Amino acid sequence: MAETTAAPHPSPLEGLREWIAEIGIPRVLIAAFLLLLFAIAVATHMDVASLLTDSLLRVGRNGLIVLALLPAVQGGVGLNFGLPLGILCGIVGCIVALNGAVTGFTGLLLSCAVATALAVPVGWGYGWLLNRTRGQEMMVGTYLGFATVSAMSIFWLVAPFHNPTLVWAIGGHGLRTTLTLSGVFDKVLDRLWSFQVLGVRIPTGTLLVFALAGLVVSLFFRTRAGITISAARSNPRFARAAGISDERTRIQATIFSTVLAAIGIVVFSQSYGFLQLYTAPLLMAFPAVACLLIGGASVQRATLTHVVIGTFLFQSILTVALPVTSQVIQGDISETARLIIQNGMILYALTRRGDR
Amino acid sequence: MTAPVLELRSISKEYYGNRVLKGVSLAVRPGTVHALVGENGAGKSTLMNLLFGMPVIRDTGGYQGEVVLDGRTVRFAAPEDAMAAGIGMVHQEFMLIPGFAVAENIKLNREPTRPNPLSRVAGRKLETIDRQRVGADARAALDRVGLSVEEWTLVAGLPVGHMQFVEIAREVDKQNLRLLIFDEPTAVLTEGEATQLLDVMKSLTSQGLGILFITHRLDEVLAVADDITVLRDGEVVAQLDPKTTTVVRIAELMVGRPAAVHVAGAADDRSSAPLVLEVEHLAVDMPGEEIQDVSLSLRKGEILGLAGLAGHGKIGIANGIMGLYPARGTLRKDGRPLPLNDPRAAIRAGLAFVSEDRRGVGILPDESIELNIALTAIEAQGRFLHPAPLEALRLLDGRAVRGHALEMIRALDIRCKGPAQHVRRLSGGNQQKVCLARAITLEPDTLLVSEPTRGIDVGAKERVIDILRGLNRDRGMTLLVTSSELAELRAICDRIAIVYRGRIAAVLPSDDSDARFGLAMAGEKLDG
Repeated sequence: MAETTAAPHPSPLEGLREWIAEIGIPRVLIAAFLLLLFAIAVATHMDVASLLTDSLLRVGRNGLIVLALLPAVQGGVGLNFGLPLGILCGIVGCIVALNGAVTGFTGLLLSCAVATALAVPVGWGYGWLLNRTRGQEMMVGTYLGFATVSAMSIFWLVAPFHNPTLVWAIGGHGLRTTLTLSGVFDKVLDRLWSFQVLGVRIPTGTLLVFALAGLVVSLFFRTRAGITISAARSNPRFARAAGISDERTRIQATIFSTVLAAIGIVVFSQSYGFLQLYTAPLLMAFPAVACLLIGGASVQRATLTHVVIGTFLFQSILTVALPVTSQVIQGDISETARLIIQNGMILYALTRRGDR
Repeated sequence: MTAPVLELRSISKEYYGNRVLKGVSLAVRPGTVHALVGENGAGKSTLMNLLFGMPVIRDTGGYQGEVVLDGRTVRFAAPEDAMAAGIGMVHQEFMLIPGFAVAENIKLNREPTRPNPLSRVAGRKLETIDRQRVGADARAALDRVGLSVEEWTLVAGLPVGHMQFVEIAREVDKQNLRLLIFDEPTAVLTEGEATQLLDVMKSLTSQGLGILFITHRLDEVLAVADDITVLRDGEVVAQLDPKTTTVVRIAELMVGRPAAVHVAGAADDRSSAPLVLEVEHLAVDMPGEEIQDVSLSLRKGEILGLAGLAGHGKIGIANGIMGLYPARGTLRKDGRPLPLNDPRAAIRAGLAFVSEDRRGVGILPDESIELNIALTAIEAQGRFLHPAPLEALRLLDGRAVRGHALEMIRALDIRCKGPAQHVRRLSGGNQQKVCLARAITLEPDTLLVSEPTRGIDVGAKERVIDILRGLNRDRGMTLLVTSSELAELRAICDRIAIVYRGRIAAVLPSDDSDARFGLAMAGEKLDG
C-alpha cells in the first residue's frame, strides 16, 4: 500500500505542529492572546480575581445562547444566524412576567414557559422557511433575524402592556428601550448558591443552568430523535433510505435551537439585570456564532466541548481586554478587538467549509 | 495508411491504489469514427478525463503511457490546453448557458470582434463583438450539424435533443478542431434524433475529422463506426472491425466471460416455495435508470439476478421497491400489499437494501462504523435503545451497539482499526461490508443488493459474494441482486432477469449460453 508511514521518532517541533493542527491555529492564537492579557493584568497589579469573576459571569450569561447554535449545526442547517427570532420570543416571555409583576423564581419560570410556548411555533415556521431556501440558511437566517427585529420594534410601541414600570413615562404608550429587572428576577440565578473562592465569586445558579442545558442537549442527541437528526445532517440520502424525512429533522433541529435561544435570553437578562428591546437583539447572533467557532466547531459539526471552550475564550477576552488595554495604552481597543475576533472568526470558519 | 489523429500508447492510471486503466492503446485515424464501448466502470470516463486534461487526473497522481496527437506527444494540464490542441468534446451533460442565445453559446469566448477607440487604448479584451459575424458563423456551424433552429433563440427553451446539437455545433465551429469526442451523446436523444446525430457524425468525418464515439448502444456502433475498441475492467479486450462482427459478439466481449464459467449448481426446484415479493407493473422514475413496466416475483429462498447494460433501468427496480425514487405499480410482500414510496414501510415489511451508490446513500462517512451498522435498526425498529418510561426518552445503548458492531466486524471480516473508526477511512470493500452489516442488522427476510462488488478489489469481491451466498444458505434469506457484472450474477443466482429499456427482456437460467445473455442485453428477441 502506498500509505506514508509516520517517522518513528517525531521531532519535538513536529509534535508541536501536530498538536497545533489538532487544536486549530485560531484557538491556539486566541488562547495565547488571553494568557497574554492575564499576564499583563498580573504584571500591572490589577485585581485578577475580579477579572475572573466577571469572566465567569459572562460565560454563564452567554452560555445558553451559544448552546442554542448546537442543535442547528447538528441538524444540518448550519450556523443559526436567526437566533434573534428565539431571543425575541424570550424577551416577550420576560415582558409578560414583568407586566404581571411576577417576581423571583416564579417570574423566571413563567418567562421561560411563555418563551418556549412562543419559540416552538416560531421555530417551526423558521425551519419551514429554511427547508425552502436550502443551501442559503445562514444568509436567510441573518436577514430574517434583521427583518423580525425591526418588525418587533413596531410591536414594542403598540404592544398591549400597561404596567407603568414598562411604558414610557410620558404619554403612557409603547415600551421603554431598556427595562430594569431589579426587584423582579434580577440575578436570581447568579446569586443562587453563590460562593467565593480566592476572591472569585462563582455565579453558581447560572453556571448550573448552563451545565444542565448542556446535559439535556447531549442526552437528546443520544435519543432516537437526536440520532435521527444527526444522521440526516451527515447524509440526507442515507437518511431517506432509512425512512427518515430530513425536512422534518431540520425543522426539529431549528425548533430546538430557537427554544434554547428563547430561554437563553431569559437567563442572560436575569444576570445582566436589564431587558433590552428594539434594536438590541439585532446583532446578538454574531458573538454567539463567534464563540462556537472559536471553540473549534465548523459549519457542519459542533460539540458541547466547542460550546464551553469557545464561550470561555471569547467572553474572557471581552472582559479582560478592556481594563488591561486601558492600563497599557490610552484609549479603548476592546470593542475593536471584539469586532476583529468575532467577524474574523466567522470569516475563517466559512472559508474552511467542506474541510475535514 | 494515414497517420492517426490520436494515438494512445499503453495508458495506465490508478486511483488510490485501484487500477482503473491497464495499458490501454488505441488509434483514431483521420476521417473515421472510432467507437469505444464498455460497461459503466470499464474505464471510459477516466480515459476521457485523461485525454481532456481534467485536473482530477493530475490531482490523483497523473498517468503512465503516452497520448500522441498528430504525431506529437502531449500531456495536457488543463482542458484549455486540450482545446487549444484541437480536441473537442461533446459532453453527456450540457455545458451551455441557458440565458444566452444559441449563437452566443456557440461563439462564447471566441467571438469575432472589431476594434473600437476604447480597445485601442485598453487592449483587445475590450473590442466590440461583431454580432453579425457571430450570427453568420453560428449559422454555418448549425447547418453543418443539420440543426435548423434560429441562431438567436435562447438555449433555455430548447428541447434536450437540440441542446445536444448546439454543443456539437460549438465544437465544430472551432477552426483547429482535429478530434471530436462524443461521450454517450445519444443517451438523451429520441430515436429520430439519434439517427440524425449518426448522420452528422458521418458527414463530419468526411471533412477529415477524427471522432471518438463512446457509447453502449451497440446497434449505433455497428451503424457508424469504422473501428471498435472494447474496454472491460480498464483493459482493451478486443479491437474489432464492424464489418465482420455482430452485436452479440460485442455484447459478449463487454460482459466478459469468466475464466471458468462457474455457474451456481442446478437450481433447487422452488416452484412450490411461497412467494415472498411480487412486483406488478412497476414504473420507477429514476433519472438515467428509468423503469417503464416491470413485473417479477421472488420465491422464498431464491436468488434472482437483475442484469442489463447501464442506462436501461436495472438499478431502478430495487430503488423503486424500497421507495427511494418515485414509483407506480403494485407491490406485495408475503401476499400483503406494500405501499410504494415509503422506505420505512418497506424496511418494516422485512426488506433491506444495499444501495449501488455506496458513498452517496450507503454510508455516513463521518460517523463511526458501529453507528453506521446500527443506525437503520435504531431508526426504523427502535432497537439498541435503553428502556425508558417514554419512547422519546430512550437513550442509545452504547454497549449493545458496540457489541453488535464487534460481532459484525468478525463475522464479515471488516478490516478496520476498531468499531469507532470513521467509515470514510475504510477501503471500498470494507465500506461495502459495513453496508451489508447494516442491512443484515435489520434481520430482513429479503435482501435487495445493488452492485455489491462495484469499485472494490478482487479479494473483497469474493468475500462479499461469499457473504451473500452464506446469507441465502444459512439464513434462508431471499436475495435480489442487481449487478453490471454478469459473471458474478451467474455465479450466485438461480435465475437472471435481463432489463432492456425499462422492461424485462428475458428471464434466463444462470447456465444459459453467453450468446443468449448478450442478445437479451442488446434487446434482440430471443426465440424459444
